[in-house]
Amino acid sequence: MTTIDAAFYREGGLRSWLTTHDHKRIAILYALGITFYFLLGGAAATMIRLNLVNPAGSLLSAETYNKTFTFHGVVMVWFFLIPSIPTTLGNFLLPLMIGARDVAFPRLNLASWYLYMAGGLFTVAALLAGGVDTGWTFYTPFSTMFSNTHVYLVVIGVFVTGFASILTGVNFIVTVHTLRMPGMTWFRLPLFVWTMYAVSLVMVLATPVLAMTLALIALERLAHLGIFDPALGGDPLLFQHLFWFYSHPAVYIMILPAMGVVSEIIPCFVRRRIFGYRFMTYSILAITVIGFMVWGHHMFVAGQSMYASLLFSILSFVVAVPSAIKVFNWTATLRKGAITFEAPMLYALGFIGLFMLGGLTGLMLAAPALDIPLTDTYFVVAHFHYVMVGGSVMAYLGGLHYWWPKITGRLYSESWARAAAILMFFGFNLTFFPQYVLGYEGMPRRYHSYLPDFQALNVLSSAGASILALAYLMPIAYLLWSLRAGQPAGNNPWNARGLEWQTSSPPPEENFRHQPVVREAYAYDEAAP
Amino acid sequence: MSDLARLLVDASSLAPQVDALFWFMVALCGTVAAAVVWAVLYYSVRYRRGSNADRSGEPSTSIPVELAWTGIPAVLFIGVFIWSLFVFVKMRTPPANAQTIYIVAKQWMWKAQHPGGQREINTLHVPIGVPIRLTMTSEDVIHSFYVPAFRVKQDVLPGRYTQLWFMATKLGDFNLFCAEYCGLDHAKMGGHIIVMRPPEYARWLDGNAASGTLAAQGAILFRSHGCSGCHSPDAAIHAPDLNELYGQTVHLADGSAVIADERYLRDAILLPNQRTVAGYKPLMPSFSGQLSEEELLALIAYLKSTVESHHDHD
Repeated sequence: MTTIDAAFYREGGLRSWLTTHDHKRIAILYALGITFYFLLGGAAATMIRLNLVNPAGSLLSAETYNKTFTFHGVVMVWFFLIPSIPTTLGNFLLPLMIGARDVAFPRLNLASWYLYMAGGLFTVAALLAGGVDTGWTFYTPFSTMFSNTHVYLVVIGVFVTGFASILTGVNFIVTVHTLRMPGMTWFRLPLFVWTMYAVSLVMVLATPVLAMTLALIALERLAHLGIFDPALGGDPLLFQHLFWFYSHPAVYIMILPAMGVVSEIIPCFVRRRIFGYRFMTYSILAITVIGFMVWGHHMFVAGQSMYASLLFSILSFVVAVPSAIKVFNWTATLRKGAITFEAPMLYALGFIGLFMLGGLTGLMLAAPALDIPLTDTYFVVAHFHYVMVGGSVMAYLGGLHYWWPKITGRLYSESWARAAAILMFFGFNLTFFPQYVLGYEGMPRRYHSYLPDFQALNVLSSAGASILALAYLMPIAYLLWSLRAGQPAGNNPWNARGLEWQTSSPPPEENFRHQPVVREAYAYDEAAP
Repeated sequence: MSDLARLLVDASSLAPQVDALFWFMVALCGTVAAAVVWAVLYYSVRYRRGSNADRSGEPSTSIPVELAWTGIPAVLFIGVFIWSLFVFVKMRTPPANAQTIYIVAKQWMWKAQHPGGQREINTLHVPIGVPIRLTMTSEDVIHSFYVPAFRVKQDVLPGRYTQLWFMATKLGDFNLFCAEYCGLDHAKMGGHIIVMRPPEYARWLDGNAASGTLAAQGAILFRSHGCSGCHSPDAAIHAPDLNELYGQTVHLADGSAVIADERYLRDAILLPNQRTVAGYKPLMPSFSGQLSEEELLALIAYLKSTVESHHDHD
């Protein structure tokens, strides 16, 4: 055998990874995938911000700019944000947290990863073939009858990767129902497990609607079947209803897991039980259910009936209540604790601030009277980046730092990690806060060039983006360094209480050498076992 | 900051009402955010590890507290919703005396037709202090008519009419943007709303007089496309009389009833046999593909004018 063959076939070689059924290894495969797509999407974001430094948008042509923001949206939504926490931290931790040896369907878990990667390849192929210019929202009839770019390739890519979501959802639901160890009752589950369960329900129920909608786009393009284009007898608003019926719950696919991560980190570094555990679980379930009934708030100016808009508006206010409950409970958990500020805690505190600002501006957009002037402007861009990037990405990185010692068995440099978290918080605000003001002033989104009046704030935003880019690259460097040079972590470096900390770091195949002791995940008022 | 002041000008009757709600929400959300940030910072300092703060006897849950911070936001949100509802309904309900101007959007320009037949591209002249209702449609993809200074925005769809209204309260030149991504030159699909005093507006209309009003242009189309052959009072064919039809209730063969508004008239011209009028046979040919969006609007303006001219005689 050549050395390459030897490396492929040996224990721990490439072959053992590509055929693994171990949920922990699959989680790492996913982590490599989402990091790759995050860098691709981030490169697109960099081009966007560079182009907008100048009102004439002289870096990119209008055509290239439109393809760049489309690529940024498609890659970040479907190939980074939606899979991010569930497929990496979720895959790794869900069985550990409930005392199981693996997920319910380990082979299906690996199949999900292959589907995800295959979908991603179609999307990268679309990019290499010349790109697509429809926006990630694929609004019809532009996407079906007017765009002459590679719509099919991207639609197929998203369609295929959607099945990865569905299969992961099914896997997690069955795992939580059937593989909890004796004594792990529903109301002893860590909140992270609750959010994985809730997010799986959303993935299983909403993603098929997206798949159908994408198939209909392909059919209209291919066979001129009149579904969405009025020139063929279709209805363009039908597309928006179908699209947002998936894509609004998709926001909860991104934010619920982030809430779960933060709910694990905060009690650990406060050394206290999470405040209002039951209310935290009820609010997760409330968000899951009501989140399916608010999609029409994306369509207040689209031409839907005024009465429909009012109904969607009040439901959007209602869905904000459980999110508010969660923010208050995290804050109350801090009270009377013994708080330390390691990197995961800094990320978690940053999450609270940024998610809150994203949520509060979401309340403004829930009011149709305010949404009418603000929608499709940079105000909306700022709002959803606060929720998805300030919220989900901060929480993902917080979780990655919190469980990194468990996943790899190594400690990273605490001071570098704290520096990155702080830099990220300020870089993020500098990038996206000016966009709220831009939107209120009336700058529409998806503009390749703009009026010179808007330049100062755009330059500020781009300056912030350069800081943010640096802050995102730092963890890649020091986390990789820790694999080579990090101190061994031990089983439980944070002195945390969850079951995942009762096994070695990294955990062995099938997770536990000794039966762990079930206790509440937040029993910080009791001594460690 | 002078840029900011210029961009934030409120130049329509509804803009101050939108702004009042906006700044109330900024104040409310700002207060909540400041309170939470203050609490996080305060607890972080007071209860840092090693501080000698009192940590005794704190429960990890409290149902009254949970109910309070569930109930208080819920009540506040409902209040904001009700306030927003009143403003929103006003934004969506044009006054009865509003003047109609027709907008046709296409990649990548805005075309306007005034009732007097005047046409303009990427500019719209309107009088100050007069409610203006825009009836809008698109020739291709979805666009969105957005005038930040008026705080109005409405998507413009192919195949149907959408409307928005405003009453300008300040003179000047205001930005018009396309707010719905519509392809290559989306960012360039802008224009200007020129708000003038009524006498100046009247002079502008005279100076740009077209060959007849929009309704007169529609009347010519009504004859040249053969509509009058069936729909005039003395026609031999049994077809509904369209005089003074606009705004009336039409009873359909399937037993339902609709108001003959712009959207109904458009559908009746393009898809005549989809909703046959009660008592008539589905004989009318479709005019789909034979009339441009602008010609359709002229025809509708003509049909509407039969009502208005009748009222003038009263």
